[in-house]
Amino acid sequence: MKSSAGLHLKTYLLIFLMVIFGPLGNVLLGKGMKRIGAVSIGTPAEALDLLSRVLTSSTIWLGIGSLLIFFAANMLVLSWADYSYVQPASSAAYGMSALLAHFLLHEVVMPTRWLGVLVICLGVLVVGHTPPRTTEPS
Amino acid sequence: MLVFVFYLLIIGAGTGGELCVSRAMKAVGEVKDFRPAALVGVIIRALRVSWMWAGLTLMGTAFFSLLAVLSRENVSVVVPVTALSYGAGALGGKFFLGEQVTPRRWAGVLLVCIGVALVVMGRR
Repeated sequence: MKSSAGLHLKTYLLIFLMVIFGPLGNVLLGKGMKRIGAVSIGTPAEALDLLSRVLTSSTIWLGIGSLLIFFAANMLVLSWADYSYVQPASSAAYGMSALLAHFLLHEVVMPTRWLGVLVICLGVLVVGHTPPRTTEPS
Repeated sequence: MLVFVFYLLIIGAGTGGELCVSRAMKAVGEVKDFRPAALVGVIIRALRVSWMWAGLTLMGTAFFSLLAVLSRENVSVVVPVTALSYGAGALGGKFFLGEQVTPRRWAGVLLVCIGVALVVMGRR
């Protein structure tokens, strides 16, 4: 197993970016798509109309930009860290999602859901105490 | 029913895609230089690995399924459901990528899954 302070630091930094920009992108996309309304793509004309409404939404573009940052951070961290480490560790994003949904989208978040978020964070802490990399570098 | 199919695509294609991307990035090698020019080089090298294209295709499928679901359901419901892929992700890491998934890591994944179940049960 290969671990070092530098490896941990850059792993944590990139996972932090994923936790911030992943949920932000999802919330912005959610907000943009809600404005567009229920998707109906029965005919080519309907599909084109949907595409044009999606492509002219600044909220959706901001969401896509956030998700691109998320994806770049994800790609970089996976160049050295285990997928089975990065995936659960980045689930702290669910807490961020609940916060953004509550404060930005004004959705009602039930106490059970907050409890779930707390358990997820506990799981993240447990995974965080395992080495980020268990395979030999290529 | 259509929403259920979209959820399956988000979880199945999403996890499969991430596993393929992970495999591609391991082939590229550990990124140590984070200057913009070096990062562009990393992305170009990654795009030459066929696993990356398989991963991007699967993740694209998952992404458009996510868009479709987000137009019908609240984001605080949709996003947690996608976390059902954690068990599949840990298995994929072990058998597809050859990672050592220790009992402690499994325990963490289990906690995450329980947390996700609670989040979903908290739906109004």
